[in-house]
Amino acid sequence: MNPSLEYSQWRAIDLQNLGRLLRGDILEMSFRAKTPHIGSALSCIDILACLYWTNSRLDPKLSGAPDRDRFILSKGHAATALYAVLARRGYFELELLKTYANVGSPLVEHPVLGSVSGVEVTSGSLGHGLSIGLGMALASKVQKINYRVYVLMSDGECNEGSVWEAAMTAPMYRLENFIAIIDYNKWQATGRSNEILALDPLAKKWEAFGWSVRELDGHDLTSLAQAMSHIPDGSGKPVAIIAHTVKGKGVSFMEDDNNWHYRIPTGEELAEAKRELGLK
Amino acid sequence: MRNAFASEITELAKRDERIVLLSGDIGNRLFDVFKKECPGRFFNCGVAEANMIGMAAGMALSGLRPVAYTITPFITARCLDQIRIDVCYQQTKVVIVGTGSGLCYASLNVTHQSCEDLATLRVLPGLTLLCPGDPVETRLSLKAAMDNDGPVYLRLGKKGEPTVHKANPDFSIGKWIELVNGSDVYLLSTGNMLSVAMQVSDNLAKEDVSCGVMSCHTVKPLDADSLARVFGLVKLVVVVEEHSVLGGFGSSLAEWVSETRVIARLLRIGIADSCLYKSYNQSEAREAYGLTAEGMTQKILWHLQQL
Repeated sequence: MNPSLEYSQWRAIDLQNLGRLLRGDILEMSFRAKTPHIGSALSCIDILACLYWTNSRLDPKLSGAPDRDRFILSKGHAATALYAVLARRGYFELELLKTYANVGSPLVEHPVLGSVSGVEVTSGSLGHGLSIGLGMALASKVQKINYRVYVLMSDGECNEGSVWEAAMTAPMYRLENFIAIIDYNKWQATGRSNEILALDPLAKKWEAFGWSVRELDGHDLTSLAQAMSHIPDGSGKPVAIIAHTVKGKGVSFMEDDNNWHYRIPTGEELAEAKRELGLK
Repeated sequence: MRNAFASEITELAKRDERIVLLSGDIGNRLFDVFKKECPGRFFNCGVAEANMIGMAAGMALSGLRPVAYTITPFITARCLDQIRIDVCYQQTKVVIVGTGSGLCYASLNVTHQSCEDLATLRVLPGLTLLCPGDPVETRLSLKAAMDNDGPVYLRLGKKGEPTVHKANPDFSIGKWIELVNGSDVYLLSTGNMLSVAMQVSDNLAKEDVSCGVMSCHTVKPLDADSLARVFGLVKLVVVVEEHSVLGGFGSSLAEWVSETRVIARLLRIGIADSCLYKSYNQSEAREAYGLTAEGMTQKILWHLQQL
């Protein structure tokens, strides 16, 4: 597949196929740079693919435009997923992915604002993105410029109190243009997220905080596209998408195995993973 | 200072529609005029300071000029990670305003006092620290902060501080203001100690000691030109702040001295490395720490005798 294809051409291509390519990029980056968080990147990659290939307001041609939609990767440890998507979507050259985490590369292990086109926020310290996104969504109302702001968080990130401060604030301003997506893969760094803190019932918590909640399979691209396509929805509420995902999704021996939060694949494991994905 | 801030931010916001004011559930009546004059640009963010700072950064990234305001320890220590990353590392043009700094709220317990904020914020790259000495400097500091090309922390007292400046002095960030010339000792005062510093200078004059007074409204960046000048003029340079002697303005001058060839001695006056666990108002707390005009005068005279 030609990575330099234009957006209009990409739209016709099966997003599933794209997902395999993006997974290959993530694995290659982690293998080459010996960096962790593969499982976290693989669990959210379908969400990012759906956002960037079905929303025409997330487009490299709109980079810096005041009315562009904004995407914030609040779970900054999944940076390889963001970089793969931005590169394949044309925000920067695909070749740059090979420099990921090298000395002097703009592609740092956690994203840095302004390092490359498309990175809207510096992230890595969990619990920051939702508040920053809220400020952006509120600025759209103050300035009367229409755009949407998407913030992707991990389930473990919802341990942070600041997430709930922002969750209480957004409904006060009826921010219909504000979308929180939770990559609910049921794991965090050292164990099952529901065995570390009492996260469940997660959807009900967001509902109780005043959000319009959509709960779906975070790897079902049709469901994701449908959930993303009716925003604002006229409810006067911000939208929370609880995306049930599988950590390490797409590589059989990584799926739902939390060792891949920190593990780096060997050369053989990389080759096996790519074989499974149908990549060379 | 508080009223001067409220009045000045309203005037500035009337002229610049990008200015928005975020408050951590305080100062509701204080900002009544702002809310009336600038509808839709005041946001009560509740008692959720980490979120308030993140929001402010997001607003700045979208082209607004946010000013976030609440009681000093809550807008500094409570949300330090948001200031560190969202504001400083991202260099978002946010103005963070702490009110009731130092011992202003001494009577409310150590929970409301703030004697560490300069120490914790001074080490953050790219953050300008302003500590105006009176209501006149408060207005000038705020205006300079809004014109600054980067984030600013503005450290205010409360209400009722004496006005020291008779007229508007020339003001720019990083250029201190000389109020009294001196030839024996120089008193470098930051923040709301300015009126006390002026009394100390008067007291010392009666003892035939010529004490200059400099209002050091900018704690970061330091005014290296003024420092070089006063350290060349006198034998003793005294720095005073309503802040811990550890890590604050005095410490930053000690760092400067350590890297500069100077002869004059540096004496730091501030709050000892301790807490007050009993009930005191601000003036009683200052007395407990020796931050009164009389206490400082005696201390300076003693040190002059030792030279």
